Amino acid sequence: MPSLENIADIIHTWLNITFNSTTALLIELVIVAVSAIGLFSMLGLILIMMERKVSAYMQVRLGPNRVGPKGMFQTVADTLKLMVKEGMTPNGADKFLFNLAPFIVMIVAMVILAPLAFAKNFQLWDLNIGILFVASVSSVSVIGILMAGWASNNKYSLLGAMRSGAQIVSYELSAGLSIITIVILTGSLKISTIIQSQSDGWWIFKGHIPALIAFVIFIIAVTAETNRAPFDLAEAESELTAGFHTEYSGMKFALFFLAEYVNIFIVCVLGATLFLGGWMPLHFGTDTRFNELMDYIPSSLWLFGKTFFLIFIIMWFRWTFPRLRIDQLLNLEWKYLLPISMFNLLLTTLMAIMGWHF
Amino acid sequence: MFLKKYLQDIYYAVKSLLIGMRRTGYYFTHHKEIITQQYPDNKDSLSLPERFRGEVVMIHDENNEHACTGCTACELACPNATIKIITQIDTTPEGKKKKALNTFVYHLDLCTFCNLCIVACPTDAIKMANTFEHSVFDRSKLTKILNKPDSKIRAGIE
Ligand code: SF4
Ligand code: SF4
Repeated sequence: MPSLENIADIIHTWLNITFNSTTALLIELVIVAVSAIGLFSMLGLILIMMERKVSAYMQVRLGPNRVGPKGMFQTVADTLKLMVKEGMTPNGADKFLFNLAPFIVMIVAMVILAPLAFAKNFQLWDLNIGILFVASVSSVSVIGILMAGWASNNKYSLLGAMRSGAQIVSYELSAGLSIITIVILTGSLKISTIIQSQSDGWWIFKGHIPALIAFVIFIIAVTAETNRAPFDLAEAESELTAGFHTEYSGMKFALFFLAEYVNIFIVCVLGATLFLGGWMPLHFGTDTRFNELMDYIPSSLWLFGKTFFLIFIIMWFRWTFPRLRIDQLLNLEWKYLLPISMFNLLLTTLMAIMGWHF
Repeated sequence: MFLKKYLQDIYYAVKSLLIGMRRTGYYFTHHKEIITQQYPDNKDSLSLPERFRGEVVMIHDENNEHACTGCTACELACPNATIKIITQIDTTPEGKKKKALNTFVYHLDLCTFCNLCIVACPTDAIKMANTFEHSVFDRSKLTKILNKPDSKIRAGIE
């Protein structure tokens, strides 16, 4: 059965036979870049469609249902529309930063893709500080947002960007602490080791209550970090028109829009990797018959299944909860999530030292 | 004491959020609750709720009789001057003079469908109808006369 691992291997050997190793490496880099862009555009189309359908059903509506069978091509039509639209730059804007900002946000999302494992042995770069890399690079995207807000020369954009800055800086703490919880249990920052450590059960089952608390905090924190409702103060349609991307139009707006969904995808892959075993099929202890049965499902399907489950939960949040005020938002982080996750960290450390987890 | 309140806050917050998510989760899985009407497609089977406000009409019974006394309460209640009541003086068989409705002019283009006229009417002579396809090519077509030709007031309505 052709798995992603085999396909990658075949391409790699064929290139190395046909060309010398430097050319082969360059061609591989191009292939990776093209497939990353392809993945992003596919994700954009699928996730936006999914969001619109989920939101419609949760609000007792039908959602898009005219373009193509059951409205499936609505997002394709929207993308076409955005591509032919004029990308305007306001007169008072700082032109260079204004045009640079969407690309920074997008490139950051692409860079985070590198250490993520999409299937068994299918990973671009398995560096030994993978989790740290993801956590640190993802905070660069706030620079893109601040840049967009500042360069737009518009009060709404600036307010949205400032809020986004405050929000990401504070929620990164609890996201980081909940990631550390799993790092303590695993004893490694390397993504492949983290996934391997879950071969006899996912951390959310093995880690008892601390892992569960960390999971909940992680989900809340990444919802805030990706600027999604109920933490979408950076956009806040009803207060700030569209927040930091008020002045953007055409393809530059589409890049921001796409970056939001790609970021959701990335944090959900991360959540799935840390708590739900990444591409690891559902295994329970040493029950080999059950484990083998689960291994028949390809590992990439496992990862995408888990990721889309998490994405659905985040969408569910968005269409259920009302937006928080900025003071409530910071209260929630500094008074509730941070103390809880610190306490949780102690608990996990104790657990890891005493060896109470499975 | 402080810790108790703190934990209580968390408990109630999580509980109320879960209640909200159960509601939306229910809607997500129960598609029969969807209230969207796919309008031009289901023109034949369109079902509008009773309270839908399409336009003001005057109720006429089978004898072409209505209940409007021409009291102009609706005209006074209307915030947009949508209604213009033109009255006439009738002479009853006993020789008494009495004010009665001549023409009920209704400017649909001015109406905000606020329902105030219907509430104001002491004899329930007018009501809101379900019709909503009001587009016309000429604005003057939106000025309507609500009392039908040759209709008269039902006996016994004061
Ligand atoms: S519904 Fe309101 S606006 Fe329309 S006629 Fe009656 S009172 Fe006037
Ligand atoms: S419709 Fe009602 S309120 Fe208006 S004039 Fe007739 S009786 Fe009076």
